Amino acid sequence: MATTRALARLATRRTAVRPAFVSRGFASVTDTHAREPVSKIAEKIVPDKAADVTPESKTSTVKDPHPGKDAKIKTFHIYRWNPDEPSAKPKMQSYTLDLNKTGPMMLDALIRIKNEVDPTLTFRRSCREGICGSCAMNIDGVNTLACLCRIPTDTAKESRIYPLPHMYVVKDLVADMTLFYKQYRSIKPYLQRDTPAPDGREYRQSKADRKKLDGLYECILCACCSTSCPSYWWNQEEYLGPAVLLQSYRWIADSRDERKAERQDALNNSMSLYRCHTILNCSRTCPKGLNPALAIAEIKKSMALS
Amino acid sequence: MASQRVFQLGLRRAGVPSLSKFQPAGRMAQRRFAATQHVEQSEGQEILRKQRLQRPVSPHLSIYQPQITWYASAFNRVTGVMLSGGLYLFGMAYLAAPAFGWHLETPSMVAAVASWPLIAKIAAKATVAFPFFFHSINGIRHLSWDLGLGMTNKTVARTGWAAVGASVALGLYYTFLG
Repeated sequence: MATTRALARLATRRTAVRPAFVSRGFASVTDTHAREPVSKIAEKIVPDKAADVTPESKTSTVKDPHPGKDAKIKTFHIYRWNPDEPSAKPKMQSYTLDLNKTGPMMLDALIRIKNEVDPTLTFRRSCREGICGSCAMNIDGVNTLACLCRIPTDTAKESRIYPLPHMYVVKDLVADMTLFYKQYRSIKPYLQRDTPAPDGREYRQSKADRKKLDGLYECILCACCSTSCPSYWWNQEEYLGPAVLLQSYRWIADSRDERKAERQDALNNSMSLYRCHTILNCSRTCPKGLNPALAIAEIKKSMALS
Repeated sequence: MASQRVFQLGLRRAGVPSLSKFQPAGRMAQRRFAATQHVEQSEGQEILRKQRLQRPVSPHLSIYQPQITWYASAFNRVTGVMLSGGLYLFGMAYLAAPAFGWHLETPSMVAAVASWPLIAKIAAKATVAFPFFFHSINGIRHLSWDLGLGMTNKTVARTGWAAVGASVALGLYYTFLG
């Protein structure tokens, strides 16, 4: 019986084994071609203090200490800033690694640099499998999790790693997330109810209601989406940002929660929610393949219609 | 505590002899002699406060990869400012025209533009036509997003490039033919 079921499942799938090019790599950066953003022109007019980083051309390159025989040497430019030397400008430090001796992911490269080349390199990491959200950073211009981002094997192209954009830097690739977590706390991310469960045991919901939470509960709060949002860059103090709004919608959409009106009311001002101008960088960059922009649109819709 | 860990690590490494590579004895134990010193909590808070004042902001606009999402949004805003700014300027000039003796009535403007050289005509038409079509077509995308439609990554990229293509085509048509 089990075999027939397995065979039937295989038969109904379009292909027994999904070819690699069909499956979508969620976080990998495919387009690593470095281009000059148009914003560079804008910066000529209004200089951006955050972009004042010593370029890699003016810093040393730290070479792989143990390259193999047929070494595939790739260069990584990594943003460095040390709080113990606060007067020094942030700089781009270059490291070369032999890809044959490095794991496949960007996090492997960072860990190898830290272990074997430069122990002062600082970054957050924990689970190495995309579930903790610690290693969120800007890799080749896109916010993603280092543990889910493959190192492009083309050694001719150099990789650039920055901390999450427009955040205060604690050290190197570690961004100060205090405000982000405070914003998360401000939306009361927990079940709020007054009435007890009818059977006195647990709050039940229908399958259809539970389905509404799919694509919302998976968020790991890595802040990739929030820090990719230009609106959040310019109005971080007041605008909640895509990640926190997605979490807010997760509780607004929950059939068991009884504070929907209050939750909506808290967002009903010009800054908290409506600074979202549907730029859609958030959905584009989410390493978990979620859609924060859609969640925000649903909040706006529900507030307009209620 | 640290010495215990070093000892354990040494044991573990010694237990797995690698035949292929000779390791000098010095590499058996991990050497990490970081100088640590005890800091009171209040003192730590003070250090943190000082650090917070000096933290740099990480780079943003200049390093983020150009993508159709935020570039289209930026152009949408720039074109909107251009078009509405032009309209406001013209409206106010039209109001003020009788007082200053300007001739901004339709027949006199048509006559004035007709006397321009061809290149000036084309340039003037292009500066209005391209922003107008991009802003109008992109506005349809924004309206659909407000309804929560077409927000998947694929659709957003497709409609974005379609909007760019359509506004270029229509802009060229109105610059040279219309």
